[in-house]
Formats: sequence, structure tokens, C-alpha cells
Amino acid sequence: MQIKGSVFKYGDNVDTDVIIPARYLNVSDAKLLSEHCMEDIDQSFIKEVKDGDVMVGGFNFGCGSSREHAPIAIKASGISLVIAKSFARIFYRNSINIGLPILECPACVDEAEKGDVIEADLSAGVIRNVTKGKEYQTTPFPEFIQEIINAGGLTNYAARM
Amino acid sequence: MGMTMTQKILAKKAGLSQVKADELVLVNLDLCMANDVTGPVAVNVFEKAGFSVKYPDKVCFVLDHFTPNKDIKSAQQCKQVREFAKKWNISKFFEGGCAGVEHAILPEKGIVKAGDAVIGADSHTCTYGALNAFSTGVGSTDMAVGMATGKAWMKVPRAHRFNLTGKFGKNTCGKDLILYIISKIGVDGALYGSMEFTGPGVGELTMDERFTIANMAIEAGAKNGIFPGDDKTEAYLKAAGCKDYSFVTPDDDAVYETTMDIDLSQVPQMVAFPHLPENGKTVQEAEAMHIKLDQVVIGSCTNGRYSDMEIAARVMDGKHVAPGVRCLIIPATPKIWTQCMENGLFKIFMDAGCIVSPPTCGPCLGGHMGILADGEKAISTTNRNFVGRMGHVESEVYLASPLVAATSALTGYITAPAE
Repeated sequence: MQIKGSVFKYGDNVDTDVIIPARYLNVSDAKLLSEHCMEDIDQSFIKEVKDGDVMVGGFNFGCGSSREHAPIAIKASGISLVIAKSFARIFYRNSINIGLPILECPACVDEAEKGDVIEADLSAGVIRNVTKGKEYQTTPFPEFIQEIINAGGLTNYAARM
Repeated sequence: MGMTMTQKILAKKAGLSQVKADELVLVNLDLCMANDVTGPVAVNVFEKAGFSVKYPDKVCFVLDHFTPNKDIKSAQQCKQVREFAKKWNISKFFEGGCAGVEHAILPEKGIVKAGDAVIGADSHTCTYGALNAFSTGVGSTDMAVGMATGKAWMKVPRAHRFNLTGKFGKNTCGKDLILYIISKIGVDGALYGSMEFTGPGVGELTMDERFTIANMAIEAGAKNGIFPGDDKTEAYLKAAGCKDYSFVTPDDDAVYETTMDIDLSQVPQMVAFPHLPENGKTVQEAEAMHIKLDQVVIGSCTNGRYSDMEIAARVMDGKHVAPGVRCLIIPATPKIWTQCMENGLFKIFMDAGCIVSPPTCGPCLGGHMGILADGEKAISTTNRNFVGRMGHVESEVYLASPLVAATSALTGYITAPAE
């Protein structure tokens, strides 16, 4: 899967309460949730994000609540890939399970700035920062995780469990 | 190679004689649970996939987050989960006057026992590690697939050992210990790992304290926290009506990525400052900063159990909450609520000018029943103090024990309890 988009960059420990505040969890519709994505730390995000854009975060991205509403809101906002230095574990498995592409790449995170254009080849695990002229190779997912991704998420994979 | 407590449970539930850290396994679940916030997403995923519930007796829903229904949308979400539970004959369904905060009510009703493997679409599902069970928070899709297959995929966690010795000093408790640990290792200090509590100090901890500690394992990024079983665990499980359980013990040669030795007598009373649970200071340091409070919350899956209520009542007996402070008391389950009522705790709280709430997660996640305005500060016995967690994005939450929270309610400032 080929990805190309502009960077929205955040820091360490981006928690699920800022990705989608609990006060909006009285609905489960993806589009309604996405309208409030990131608003407590970046009110401009939802106005500026375009389909295909890339979210970049530091360590422990998606920490806190188990709310799947967080990756759902990010995905429905148009974000095609989240790159972080590390992911909190529930966010990690939720993203795999719902088919939101994620990659761990500390070097890319350090060098990326807001607005940089990033391309990624998910199956090869390669990220290119077009603006900076840099290329990064990420560690591939374990085979089992790759199978869930290839199946298009956990519900499609469930028949094999 | 030896296994930890967590690894032994995962091996058994995966039908393997041995597992090792980082291995991916398919685990047969004893229970999967969700609430009124994560349940609707799970139901959507489940129905879209055309799944059927495989083991109705291994599914549980607790409507506790935005209940009693705070608005029409929340009522719709509860209705969706209620209808789903009815359709699939799910008897472990708790709402209204039968519901309490999920991670308090499940152990109380004997729904989780030692040796179990549990997933919950709520990050604080790790609470049940206090019972010598493996339990971890997952998302709604895992819940949906868990209901359909009775299984979940797990990466066997690496282990972090916390070797406890000694006894707490006066005024110090389990909440202080877990806030202290998180202040030392950080909010990702145990990322993807298990927190294994061992050593002679475990025996000094009450079951309620073990629930508090295991509950906040997620705040260090852990997959789970787990305690060994002992006489206290046995007594708790028997009282809850549990049968057919067995304790797991770590092998002597189990592999731990890190070991932290903690003498309980050296643990200070802690307050975690905004906006991360790792921002711990001692209560004496916090007191010196003269932090004026607008609200105090005593409750939640972390510290809403009867012993927490008792501690708060002892502090407030015959006294009054400081002017301008709203003090919310939220017993976590109907049973705890009834105990508070019958033992006269509510009289103490009401005379002290507190607000007594029905069991609910309510303000902990900024849902309802005590939301903060712009610039307001709260001290809370809950588990998270992220930006906007209890309300306005510019409000602040300080995390502490019931003793520190109740003491501070009386003065209106974060205050160290009298020695």
C-alpha cells in the first residue's frame, strides 16, 4: 500500500483523551468522532487535515484509555499513516485490528516537521521524507501481525482463530 | 527456561507447556467484557462482521461510564448494548441499581478468579491481576472477536519485577506505592510488559490495595500487573463465591527484564501532578506549593472500595469540607454503597458537606457528575490526570490516595495528613 501526505506532528505521550476527548464518546459513529479528533491539543488539525495525510508522534503514542474511538477518529479524519517513536500497546493492537497503518521510526519522527511531505511503502516498511530528502527503513511487523494487516483487520482474520 | 506468573497463565490458556517473552499466542479466554462506551463499538463491529456469540457465559457488559444515562446519546448507547445482551442471552449484564464500576463489581461478584485469562474493552481491566489472574485492556474489535471466537491474540509480555519488602509507614498505602513506582519508571516504563509484584511485602497489602496497584499498571504502559495468591486472596475469592481456581507462582528461574526492590517503609505519600501520572511529588512537596482546590473526588475503579470510603470517613468525621470545595464521594458498587449507608459513613459525609453519588465512572473521565471548569483544580483518587481528563482543557487533576484527598478536602489545599 502506497501512502503520500503532509505531516501533522505532535510530542511524546499523546494520550487517547486528547485524540478523542471522553465527552464525545456518547456516539460511536466514525465521522462524528473525527470532527473532534485532537481538538484539545490542536484545534486546527481537523480543519487542515486532508485525505492521505500522515500523523507523527513521539514515544508512547496513544497511551491511556482503551477506546478504539481514538484510532477510528484518526482514520476517519483522513490520516493514512501514524508514525511514532513507540506506541502504547492498546493503541497499537487497536490500530492493527481496525486497519489503521502505523509504523515505528524514531529517526523519521526526529527529523520530520509539520507540513513535510511523506511517502511510505507499507509492505516494504520504507518511509521517505520527500521534503527533507531522507529515507528510512522500519522493522517489519511479526508475521502473525502482518497476516492480520493483510486480511484487512482482525474481524476478517477471526475465521482463522 | 522458567516462566513468570503471567507467562504461566498465558501458556496454559494457549494450550502450551512453555511460552517465552515476545512470542505471539492465541489465548482461550475465560471472560471478555465491555462497558457502555466501548460496548457499542464492539457491537457495531460484531454485527457488521455477522458474528455469533460463541460462549454467552464468558461475556460481560457493565453500563457504568455515562450512567445513570447523562444524555440522550448515552441512553441510546446503553440501549444498544442492552438489546445486544438480551439477543445473545448474556446473563452477566449489569445496569441500573445492579451496576457498579466494572473493575470493582466483577471481582466482588466472583466473575473473575485466580488463574483466569480476561480481556476487557477498558484499559483498567488490568485490575484483576490482584486476584492472580491475567487480565488486560483491549479495544472494541478485540472484544467483538473475543465474543465470536472465545479467543484473543497476545504477545507474551516481558516481565518487570517489583520485589516488595517491609511495611508501609503510617498514612501510606497502595495508591502511594503505585504512584511512587510510576514516578520512578515513567508512563511507558513497563510498556508492553507485565508488572509482577513479588516478595514478603505483598502479604502486607490488603486486597483493596492490590486492586489499586494492579489497576494502575496501565499507567506505566504495562499490559498487566499481577500479584501472587495468598491467604488474603483465598479469603477474598471464597467470600465472592469462587470455586475451581488455582494460583500460579513464578518459577525461580523466571526471566525479568528489570527488578526493582522496594522497601514499603520508604515509600512516601504521593501526589501525581498534571498532566501525567508519572509527575509524582511527595505530599509534603505538594503542600508547600499551596495548591488551592475546587473539587475533590473520592471513588473510581482505583479507589472506590469500602476501605477507601472508611479512610475518607475517618478523616471527615465531625469536620466540614472547606468553603468553595465540592467533595464528591462515589462508592464504586451497590454493595459498597449499602455498606457505607448501614455503617453510618454517609451521615459523616453529609454532615461534612460532601456530595454522595451513585456508583459511576462519572467524573473520572470527564463524563458527568462533577466536571471541571476552565482553570479549576481537583484532587482525585482516580487514575489519570491527562489534559482535559475531568473536564475543561485548562482544568487540572492531581492524583492521590483517599487519605490525602479527604485531608485536602477539609483545608481546601493539597495537604499532608497529620503524622
